[in-house]
Amino acid sequence: MEYQYTLWIVALPLLAFLINGLGSGRLPGKVSGWIATIAIGGSTFLSYQTAFQYFSSPSREKVIAFKTTWLRFNETLHIDMGILLDPISVMMLVVITTISLMVFIYSQGYMKNENGYDRYFAFLSLFSFSMLGLVVATNLFQMYMFWELVGISSYLLIGFYYDKPSAVAASKKAFIVTRFADLGFLIGILMVSYYTGTFDFDILTNPDGLNFSTTASFLGLSSITWALLLIFMGGAGKSAMFPLHVWLPDAMEGPTPVSALIHAATMVVAGVFLVARLFPLYYAFAPTALEVVAFIGAFTTLFAAIIACTQFDIKRVLAFSTMSQIGYMMLALGVSGYGGEEGLGYTASLFHLFTHAFFKALLFLGAGAIIHAVHTNDIREMGSLRKHQPVTHILFLIACLAIAGIPPFSGFFSKDEILAATFATHPIYFGIAVIVAGLTAFYMFRLYFIVFWGKEKKYEHAPHEAPTVMLIPMIVLAIGSALAGFIPFGHYISSDGQSLTLHINWLVAITSVVIALAGIGVAWTFYKTGSDASQKVIKALGSVYTSAFNKFYIDEIYILITKGVIFRLIAKPIAWFDRNVIDAFMNLLAAITNWVSSQIKEFQSGQVQKYAFIFISGVLIIVLSLIYATQ
Amino acid sequence: MTVQELLLMRHEWALIAGVLILLVLELNFSEEQKSKSIISAVVIFTIITLLGFLPAESGSTFGGMYVTDPVRLLMKNILNLGVLIIFLQAGSWLQTKNNYNRVTEFYLLMLSSVIGANFMISAGHFLMFYLGLELLTIPITAAASYDQYKSKSAEAGIKLILSSAFSSAILLFGLSMLYGSTGEMYFSEVRFSNDLIQVLGFVFFFSGLGFKISIVPFHLWTADVYEGSPTNVTSYLSVVSKGAAIFVLVLLLINLFEPLRLVWQQVIYGTAIFTMTIGNLFAIRQQNLKRFLAFSSIAQAGFILLGVIGGSALGMATVIYFVLVYVFSNLAAFGVVIAIEQYAGKVNMADYNGLYKTNPRLSLVMMLALFSLAGIPPLAGFFGKFFLFTAVAASGFYILLFIAVLNAVISLYYYLLVVKAMFISKSESPVPYFQSDYPTRIALSACVIGIIVIGFYSPVFEYIKQLCLISF
Repeated sequence: MEYQYTLWIVALPLLAFLINGLGSGRLPGKVSGWIATIAIGGSTFLSYQTAFQYFSSPSREKVIAFKTTWLRFNETLHIDMGILLDPISVMMLVVITTISLMVFIYSQGYMKNENGYDRYFAFLSLFSFSMLGLVVATNLFQMYMFWELVGISSYLLIGFYYDKPSAVAASKKAFIVTRFADLGFLIGILMVSYYTGTFDFDILTNPDGLNFSTTASFLGLSSITWALLLIFMGGAGKSAMFPLHVWLPDAMEGPTPVSALIHAATMVVAGVFLVARLFPLYYAFAPTALEVVAFIGAFTTLFAAIIACTQFDIKRVLAFSTMSQIGYMMLALGVSGYGGEEGLGYTASLFHLFTHAFFKALLFLGAGAIIHAVHTNDIREMGSLRKHQPVTHILFLIACLAIAGIPPFSGFFSKDEILAATFATHPIYFGIAVIVAGLTAFYMFRLYFIVFWGKEKKYEHAPHEAPTVMLIPMIVLAIGSALAGFIPFGHYISSDGQSLTLHINWLVAITSVVIALAGIGVAWTFYKTGSDASQKVIKALGSVYTSAFNKFYIDEIYILITKGVIFRLIAKPIAWFDRNVIDAFMNLLAAITNWVSSQIKEFQSGQVQKYAFIFISGVLIIVLSLIYATQ
Repeated sequence: MTVQELLLMRHEWALIAGVLILLVLELNFSEEQKSKSIISAVVIFTIITLLGFLPAESGSTFGGMYVTDPVRLLMKNILNLGVLIIFLQAGSWLQTKNNYNRVTEFYLLMLSSVIGANFMISAGHFLMFYLGLELLTIPITAAASYDQYKSKSAEAGIKLILSSAFSSAILLFGLSMLYGSTGEMYFSEVRFSNDLIQVLGFVFFFSGLGFKISIVPFHLWTADVYEGSPTNVTSYLSVVSKGAAIFVLVLLLINLFEPLRLVWQQVIYGTAIFTMTIGNLFAIRQQNLKRFLAFSSIAQAGFILLGVIGGSALGMATVIYFVLVYVFSNLAAFGVVIAIEQYAGKVNMADYNGLYKTNPRLSLVMMLALFSLAGIPPLAGFFGKFFLFTAVAASGFYILLFIAVLNAVISLYYYLLVVKAMFISKSESPVPYFQSDYPTRIALSACVIGIIVIGFYSPVFEYIKQLCLISF
């Protein structure tokens, strides 16, 4: 077992969590931060080692590095715990550990002097452990368990400032919405395992190894399509796809480094990872489900990009941008085929996941540095920060260029592959993707120009540059954002494990760059020059702008449905039934039990002679009833 | 008779040697040094327990009187673990003024009883089995009346000896019927043929064994004896003595009484329902925690019968696994009761009000133990019950399964009563904070680790299952 050491990648953050959790309040000063950082550092090192070892060997076979059976139902259906290495899980290991390490280091500066410093690092380690366990899962059920662990650590971290009501509400909202989605995931898992008799990815994703002999169907779709749609529902919840996205903007109540790690780079792409993991299954048995994935992805990417253009909270802009970019990835997966050039969308999607992790984490850490300096999230209260924070300014600009898709930054390469993949298959989706590319460039540079140029604002005290411990991780991520595009990604990751050479589709590339530059240009005229053109446009758009600003009233619709319809029309009658029928029945049972119990207490008289009498009576009753039964 | 054959009885030899060494040591200790026997007994018994885990041969000796195989070895090892934990928990009680100069007595009685349990499990002959059974019981009746200044303890001793004499008589009566109709006493030679006299013999035999397991209606001694005995003896009765009897029951039913399967399935079907239900109904009303645990252990015995009824190797594995889990869970609960009785002299549920405020760690241990007994996931007790229920479902006894699940719900209620007392109820004068002694803490930690690890670490059950499938 040459990959046995990968167990430590997952185990180290768990150890850090246990040490910090159990020693909570007893560890002096900064020790908890160091323990967590060193542990994740070890994981990072081992992940790189794994990636090097795995990708330098020519084979792209799945490797089971470790496996133990946890619960056995029958010979084929059992729940295992293990580590599965294949191109996407190894890539995810690298992404997760890298971003985690950067965020852990950054947090040492950002969270300094906060209450609950050790609690913060304990939860952060728990998250890293869960996320790593999720991506290396060998089977659907292990993935589901870690999926829930990820959810709970996200909940704990969003609600980190638990004395703030808005943070508490946001954490509850995130947990309930994703939990609701996970219900679909669980039903999907049960359906898949019912029809295939296994949880194992090795069997599930082997394109020749499966056949579904079922013809069961519901509403015109086969049962496996329904199962995969339900699994996608789980993915859509975690990845904040429309209409399950409502939790993500509110999740920005958590500390900013948490947003960078969980709500930008790692957890929210779990849905993409899930679909990618089961991609052969989707492709072979449920093309309809894949079409749904593409549609939801395309819709979300446009929807979120429009909202992002109207928001004023720096973290919410980034949150909607994250939604939009994940929509991109889903879209690419949805239009992808299997094998060879057909599988371009698959590669492109994961490539974008990879590069996005770098520049989006950088954007959030940059936003954190800004918020740290000016103590507000509202970009209308910021301006000319380039003078106060020159390093952050440059790093933020790199990230903006990367996400806008300007060559030679990394976003350009991955976005180009996504555009090329949609261009080859669905012209409409291609059109949407190009529009979103323009919008992305616009809203990112809107943010950039307002915050770093614009008018100097009155600050309580002069904003200062972030401390070194926060700048170093940002610099590392900036290098990644700038250069990650040059990695020959298709060589490592493709739908069928064969090497795929990515080349730039010049027609698409030029279109997208021109559109992006146009977006930047508009942002320049609106916000750099200080003209009032933007106000005129807002007036002209009227109600369209207002509804985009209010996030198209999705939250209000949710409240209307839950409070107005579900609570009043369904929950209330059920509650009545529960209280007056079910509970009454239970109370009756309890009363009977109590009554019987008090009636028979005489048997326990304390007199041995009576005991002997009952003993021998019991023997005789048994004997007599046996004789009676055998007659 | 070769040396190899003698070495088959390794567990028993080790225990006998332990008894002798303790006796000789006792003679050498002066009056002030008596408490040293505590340490020596624990050390000796730790060595005995460890020796038990060494790999061993299977086979039979003494002309088939004595049989051993991997499953029996595993059973003995589980019992040894239980006894070791009890020895660790007994330390502080034995050092009190009334007891310290007759410490060795306690250990000698216990060890003799364990020897009996071992011989009983390894019996290959009805008389061997009977000797083991008596050797298991008689020393414990002496131990039950160990608290010589308490009338309750004397009462417990006399009730135990009277009841067990009564049950032995019935058991022997059954044996004589079995012998009379088959003409054989060796397990390997006995051939049953479903004759009525054999059915009668079996019922009498079963009721004698059922007395040890506290199966309803042979359970009435349990509550009085458990309450009156010193708590360490109670925990021995509820875990080791009961566990040994269950092991023997499952071994004999699957091998020896296989031809009478239809008969004993009916008997167990009925008694299991009564045992679970009556145990639960009485447990609900108890205020004294020792009585409470007595009835809870009766209900648990009812659950164990579920694993027996299938009469398969799988059922046997579930029973062994359940007993293993039960050893840790029940001894953890008893450990807390002993500690609190020792330091505060209190055993009533009301005395536990507000315990979490003053003794959070003990309360957590107690909570884990009770949750495990109630079968709440992910603790080991959940898996124990889960496997038992699976075994019943596999044998097709769905009505029995339904009743068992109902009983599991009732049991949850009264286990939670204790948890509620500790964590929610407030008290004017809760048990003050105290630090228990090291051996107790080690024992409780071992129990907690057992409760958690056995549940999560599935190879334990797989291992037991493999052993049972190979051997039977």
